[in-house]
Amino acid sequence: MRVTQISVFLENRPGRLANLLQVLSAAHINLRALSLADTADFGIARIIVDDTVAAMEAIRRAGLTAATTEVLRVEVPDVPGALETAIVMPLAQAGVNIEYLYAHSERPTDKAEVIMKVDRLDKAEQVLKGLANGA
Amino acid sequence: MPFYRQRFLEHGITPQSIRTLDDVTRLPFTCKRDFRDNYPLGLAAVPRERIVRIHASSGTTGKPTVVAYTAGDIETWTEVMARTITTGGVTRNDVVHNAYGYGLFTGGLGFHYGAERIGATVIPVSGGVTKRQIMLIQDLGSTVLCCTPSYALYLAETALEMGVDLRETALRVGIFGAEPWSERMRQEIEAKLGLLALDIYGLSEVIGPGVSVECEHQCGLHIFEDHFLAEIVDPATGQSLPYGQRGELVLTTLTKEALPVIRYRTGDITALDAAPCACGRTLVRMAKPSGRTDDMLIVRGINVFPSQIETILLQIEGVQPHYQIIVDRQHSLDDLEVWVEVSETVFADEIRGLEALERKIRDELHNGLGISARVRLVEPRSIQRSEGKAKRVVDRREVYNS
Repeated sequence: MRVTQISVFLENRPGRLANLLQVLSAAHINLRALSLADTADFGIARIIVDDTVAAMEAIRRAGLTAATTEVLRVEVPDVPGALETAIVMPLAQAGVNIEYLYAHSERPTDKAEVIMKVDRLDKAEQVLKGLANGA
Repeated sequence: MPFYRQRFLEHGITPQSIRTLDDVTRLPFTCKRDFRDNYPLGLAAVPRERIVRIHASSGTTGKPTVVAYTAGDIETWTEVMARTITTGGVTRNDVVHNAYGYGLFTGGLGFHYGAERIGATVIPVSGGVTKRQIMLIQDLGSTVLCCTPSYALYLAETALEMGVDLRETALRVGIFGAEPWSERMRQEIEAKLGLLALDIYGLSEVIGPGVSVECEHQCGLHIFEDHFLAEIVDPATGQSLPYGQRGELVLTTLTKEALPVIRYRTGDITALDAAPCACGRTLVRMAKPSGRTDDMLIVRGINVFPSQIETILLQIEGVQPHYQIIVDRQHSLDDLEVWVEVSETVFADEIRGLEALERKIRDELHNGLGISARVRLVEPRSIQRSEGKAKRVVDRREVYNS
């Protein structure tokens, strides 16, 4: 459930994401998920990779600014309304705030996966585990 | 004055050392640093009770340069500003729109007193609220515009947006200063505003505006030599240079009481011309300044030193000393942009954290510099590193004649 996400500071101009991707591919790092957040001048690329330690090393060596964050990886049934009823509503009811959320790409199955950053990690895990066990 | 006594003693200068005007060149220089080292009023030559006014401009680091005036100094300043405005052909029949900032900055009050002295009608509009300024120029029939040259162009642009052509107003003369401007900019101002654009020079360490001004022939700025002694020196060696040669302008006040300065290094590059002017004045003329000896920037009329920006940035936790200053002119107004590298000490996963950092830097710069700057967070090492002295400033404006 809990995974380590890498956030990379990027200037909002052409070529900066390409540069990051090059750094990762040169280190033979595979991307599991990628999300981009942006403002007018800068953005943050958030990535989940197969080897976080090696990726951080490569990113730092390339002179980029990065930080790691604990996030949740959650499976969602691939049916209408599942994200709402299986994750978002229960967390909202438990008073957990989702700061951001993006989808994870996996092999085609009947499940989808989302990555999300929440304000209260333990509580969110508890809620979601409780749901899984109860089901 | 303990400061000058000490300094002269160190250089072996006694009252007997000075017998002729040429002996002035034996005196040591005074520079901006001396103001900082004697902050706030260690250079004052009179007791506090004789000081009637304080003004201030930016210093090279955190503290401003503070200057003081006695009642006699205000009288002198009013006199040289009255002359300055008169040199522009302004009389009691004129309406003077004074858009220089009123406050610690010497521009606003300097022009105000001078214009009142000659009996002109003064509109003390100060800076900002540009649309209202244009309305007042139209409604009050202003004939004289006093502001920075870049603000003059900004007024013209804003007027056009409002459907107003400033050439059709009563404006006929503009006295523009507080920042360097090129001949090309003069042509643009004269074409867009339909007035005679004159350059005025001054600095608060010496008196404020009113050291020199152009006449209608626009062939150099007449220095009021009865109050200010002008010399040109080689900025590298400090050696005096003859008239006609380009170098750093050095000024000595002859009549100042509260804060006399002796051989003050202005940092402005110019040349002197003693030939009588076509206007009939015999005062020595200085060429329009063609550059600076230091890295001082003048942005929207405010002096900005890169060292000031560095001091402010380094006081913000986690900010690295890697920054670049970009000065540009957008829509006629100077635009100051500061690029700051984002290091891991300040970087977190959240956009709002970075936006908060950006805001904090912007607020601190505004507090420290007195003007607003755009802040741009950039990736580490995206600011060019150089061997030795870093190139901190990129100035894209054409403020000096090239």
